Amino acid sequence: MADKILKKLNIKVWRQNNAKDKGKFETYTIENISTGSSFLEMLDILNNKLILEGKDPIAFDHDCREGICGTCNLYINGRAHGPDTEVTTCQLHMRKFNDGETITIEPWRSKAFPVIKDLIVDRNAFEKILQAGGFISVNTGGVPDANTIPVAYEDAEESMDAAACIGCGACVAACKNASAMLFVAAKVSHLAKLPQGKIEAKKRARNMIAKMDELGFGGCTNTGACEVECPKSISITNIARLNREYLKARFSE
Amino acid sequence: MSILDSKIPEGPLAEKWNKHKADIKVVSPANKRKLEVIVVGTGLGGASAAASLAELGYNVKAFCYQDSPRRAHSISAQGGINAAKNYQNDNDSVFRLFYDTIKGGDYRAREANVYRLAEVSPNIIDQCVAQGVPFGREYGGLLANRSFGGVLVSRTFYARGQTGQQLLLGAYQAMNRQIEKGNVKMYTRHEMLDVVIIDGKARGIIARDLVTGKIKRFGAHAVVVASGGYGNVFFLSTNAMGSNGSAAWQCYKKGAFFANPCFVQIHPTCIPVHGDQQSKLTLMSESLRNDGRVWVPKKKEDAEKLRKGEIGPNDIPEDDRDFYLERRYPSYGNLVPRDVASRAAKERCDAGYGVNAEGKAVFLDFKYSIERLGKDVIKARYGNLFQMYEKITDVDPYKEPMMIYPAIHYTMGGTWVDYNLMTTVPGLYSIGEANFSDHGANRLGASALMQGLADGYFVLPYTIGDYLASEIMVPKADTQAPEFDEAEKAVNQRLEKLYHIKGTKPVDYFHKKLGHIMWDYVGMSRNEEGLKKAIQQIREIREEFWKEVRIPGELDNLNQELEKAGRVADFFDMGELMALDALNRNESCGGHFREESVTDDGEAKRDDDNFTFVSCWEYKGEDQEPVLHKEPLVFENVKLTQRSYK
Ligand SMILES: Cc1cc2nc3c(=O)[nH]c(=O)nc-3n(C[C@H](O)[C@H](O)[C@H](O)COP(=O)(O)OP(=O)(O)OC[C@H]3O[C@@H](n4cnc5c(N)ncnc54)[C@H](O)[C@@H]3O)c2cc1C
Ligand code: SF4
Ligand code: FES
Repeated sequence: MADKILKKLNIKVWRQNNAKDKGKFETYTIENISTGSSFLEMLDILNNKLILEGKDPIAFDHDCREGICGTCNLYINGRAHGPDTEVTTCQLHMRKFNDGETITIEPWRSKAFPVIKDLIVDRNAFEKILQAGGFISVNTGGVPDANTIPVAYEDAEESMDAAACIGCGACVAACKNASAMLFVAAKVSHLAKLPQGKIEAKKRARNMIAKMDELGFGGCTNTGACEVECPKSISITNIARLNREYLKARFSE
Repeated sequence: MSILDSKIPEGPLAEKWNKHKADIKVVSPANKRKLEVIVVGTGLGGASAAASLAELGYNVKAFCYQDSPRRAHSISAQGGINAAKNYQNDNDSVFRLFYDTIKGGDYRAREANVYRLAEVSPNIIDQCVAQGVPFGREYGGLLANRSFGGVLVSRTFYARGQTGQQLLLGAYQAMNRQIEKGNVKMYTRHEMLDVVIIDGKARGIIARDLVTGKIKRFGAHAVVVASGGYGNVFFLSTNAMGSNGSAAWQCYKKGAFFANPCFVQIHPTCIPVHGDQQSKLTLMSESLRNDGRVWVPKKKEDAEKLRKGEIGPNDIPEDDRDFYLERRYPSYGNLVPRDVASRAAKERCDAGYGVNAEGKAVFLDFKYSIERLGKDVIKARYGNLFQMYEKITDVDPYKEPMMIYPAIHYTMGGTWVDYNLMTTVPGLYSIGEANFSDHGANRLGASALMQGLADGYFVLPYTIGDYLASEIMVPKADTQAPEFDEAEKAVNQRLEKLYHIKGTKPVDYFHKKLGHIMWDYVGMSRNEEGLKKAIQQIREIREEFWKEVRIPGELDNLNQELEKAGRVADFFDMGELMALDALNRNESCGGHFREESVTDDGEAKRDDDNFTFVSCWEYKGEDQEPVLHKEPLVFENVKLTQRSYK
């Protein structure tokens, strides 16, 4: 458990000043990083060094730094969220790396997520998909007492498993087709597993999938890459459920 | 009439809110469509308000600095949300929740507001369930509850250790539905940098588009600030990296009084600080104290060996463990309120019983509950927290106790608001953690989520109508008005000033320094000498900042250092006001512990004769001392006693 010091690391990172810029890799070296530091703390240290050298620090997205807000999104050594399982980038720690290693950092690469600057991408497409139907249509007020809607324990648990999606986009980044099916399926399952959400289930699936296709995400060919990189272990069985809802929706059209 | 009219309705406590709702004005649906409301922030407070106002027919513009409203700091709330449902048949009630909150807040909150909070709390749970929040359930299909600190009933609803996430997704989805309908216009990656006042009323904001760096103007008939708390003054806290107090601070500078700035909550169960490269602290939910027991060794020798790594916690026999919370507070045990638990941990560590290398940690042990309930039950309850702990520390908490230490977590202080949640500036509202209203000097666990959603779903949508009813004839705000010109000019000047300093040190350097000053002198334990020193040191470091900070990049591009610099510049001013307020309040209450004011057994001692008031600070200009106004707190329904959890 005791922390060690990584004496030297090479950080090869994607630099792109804005959406129009072509972008390229730059390599920086950094010294004396504790294995107990988080990956983003390592980047903070590098950035403060770059500032002192008169350079522009590396822009990357982050906020909660505890794996729940879904803001952080780095593609590290060829893997979404880097070389650890069930973690977001912000939960990745330097103990997963070796002294002297070259670490390659890229943004999410997908047509639907254009780069804004360096490692920051625009994930607005996810917003659009959820706006198209990722909700239950109730207004504030006038709802029944909570315990008049019993939910079987297992259903609540399964719903919660799917609702744990943090909207990070790793599934899209990991997918060779840049499909958003896991993300969409997670929302559809979260709501369809609950009696409250069943009522609109078909319409929801139909609208969200239509929006996903419209926004330029690729189709799902069941490679399963998304599930492997998903920091919240969202299961691809949700995609099967989504397909069922979607077919039901198509047949009832 | 004093400028501090809290507008608390007349009549018996339990009837005030209903009576008030009957008395206030209502805007017709046709007129609502003509009115615009700006909501700054999309956490539980902002998202629930934006959705509810849009459903009513108002035109809403909502803002957040993240790339999605769903990423607001509320997302990270773990443990749960309180509501007086009495589903457990354990004699809970609206009055009991009200009473616990007033007592937990150490009698420094307004009775009427807190009662209303308790009164609407059951509706929140109903609303969330209807939206599809997957709360934890019993096998029979009904909702499950857990207990939180400072109470003797079980009234906390939860969705595993991700309650804030699920509640926020509920509010966010309700807001998404309104975005799709065109009733909410969402501005992500936009940061409010000023509020615009015309004819004495809030009529808009100035915001920076964080992608292009463009400064933009937005007009409205009312502005609602739901920007969260200012705990990041301390640099290290459990707040998200971007959490800041700047929106509230700009309101203060434009005339909104700031209340009880020194009331800060220090959470007892956080992963301890390691080294000096750390960027933030991680909370381990209070719900863990339901099943975890807090202890340190009884013998100093054992503590020393632990610190040196010569023995592990499991080497210390049962009889040599000091379960100090159970020992000192037998009736509440491990579930004493946060301020009490935090001070008790500090007391043990200061006395030499700390268990990590730095001597600043205590154990939170699950061995006993795993023996009693089995690992599976514990995993179902706290699995994600245990995983989070292991990923950070590389220690498996199913096998070894967690190490925890208090850390800055929440700010009870905030913008002063009246019963309608309006600030001292007409048309300017403040909701959620950004306001001061309900938690007095200490917030009970699982009550912030309750307050944010109460404000946004069930209070503001009613009270804002009372103000907007008089604005129906007022045309849309003219963003070409001289007031907008002036505000935009000031914003630009400040950004350029910061950018052109081109000094020698990054923003973090100053923020860390400020954090140290705040933690040492305005943290868990405060005294006159230290507070005066803090004020002096904050002034020095602020001066250095304005001479030496270095902001790279470009003004008209995405620039995270520029964003940080603006927030840290405000943190200096906030930190100073916090120290001043703490100096002024020469009593101990809740999270505010003045060493000059303690009981014989070392507990916090209130001074009700002299301090039963809300401190409300008025901004008087750049180099002027702020002026203190007092809102007296009147207690008609509870008797003020020294809090006891023994
Ligand atoms: C780790 C953790 C765990 C917690 N657990 C619990 C719990 O179990 N139960 C409980 O009751 N409470 C808990 N709390 C407290 C609770 O989460 C917060 O008090 C509450 O969520 C705050 O909600 P809010 O809506 O007021 O603000 P926030 O959720 O902080 O949202 C602030 C919003 O304002 C926006 N914003 C800020 N400044 C600007 C600006 N200048 N311009 C534009 N937008 C801006 C942000 O983008 C964001 O959308 C916890 C807190 C933490 C830190
Ligand atoms: S499904 Fe998993 S990988 Fe995809 S957005 Fe959700 S949490 Fe991220
Ligand atoms: S920063 Fe929030 S999940 Fe990583």
